[in-house]
Amino acid sequence: MSWLANPRVRVPERAKRGEVFEIRAMVDHPMESGFRLDNVGKPITRNIVQSFTCTYDGHEVFRAVLHPAVSTNPYFLFYAVASNSGELHFDWTDDQGDSVKHVARIEVEG
Amino acid sequence: MTAASNPFFPSSSRRGPGAARGVVSSNDPPLAARRRALALLAGSLGLLLVRPARATPEELAKVLRELFGDNPVTTGKVKLELPKLAENGAVVPVTVVVDSPMSEQDHVKSVHLFAEKNPQPRIVDVYLTPYSGRARVASRIRIADSQHILAVAALSDGSLWSTAVQVEITVAGCGL
Repeated sequence: MSWLANPRVRVPERAKRGEVFEIRAMVDHPMESGFRLDNVGKPITRNIVQSFTCTYDGHEVFRAVLHPAVSTNPYFLFYAVASNSGELHFDWTDDQGDSVKHVARIEVEG
Repeated sequence: MTAASNPFFPSSSRRGPGAARGVVSSNDPPLAARRRALALLAGSLGLLLVRPARATPEELAKVLRELFGDNPVTTGKVKLELPKLAENGAVVPVTVVVDSPMSEQDHVKSVHLFAEKNPQPRIVDVYLTPYSGRARVASRIRIADSQHILAVAALSDGSLWSTAVQVEITVAGCGL
């Protein structure tokens, strides 16, 4: 079962062409660091979200390579330039190869 | 605080700060540790041209060498916003802002965060493009202990810029 769940993304509904808009993205994931031990002293296998990408209008606007020092339920805030109405694609992938995707829409005016 | 005017890290005088104040001798171990810490602070914050690889523990130095080779890292352009005192090291909000027009010719290509006292020095690497529009990124990170957090930004012209911020942690980062 995948540990990745419940992607939450905040993107403005509309923006003016050329405007820089804010994006917030978060996903549920325990971000098991691999440094913790279970109750019999055995190391718990690492499983973190390795990568997160956001593409918009055919371009990558943000990509992150995560390490165990990113908090549980990784959260990112970043920006993009409003170019054309369309979809923003969000993609998270963890150590087990599981991934979760999310799509948000923005209307660009002017 | 610049290296030249730093009273805690004199290059010519053999007298330590404690000796100057007549408190403790200059070869007192805690003071030496303090002097090292201050040297680290001066190294990462004060000097115009620094190689963070020199001022930080071995593992972080190795990682920095792997990532940036022998290219010089200059202090400046990067602003790292972290709470001075974080109660919970498992969730510490962080914001990095880089002074950049984010144009096709002149933009931030990547921003890297490092923690020298975490089990692994790398925290996160983020990659931006001119389509990002603004070189500002926020996230939440785990910090194992009170320490310096280092941010390095790589620009499209190949230059590297950095800043370091001291964070005090009350409860260590969970699982780190």
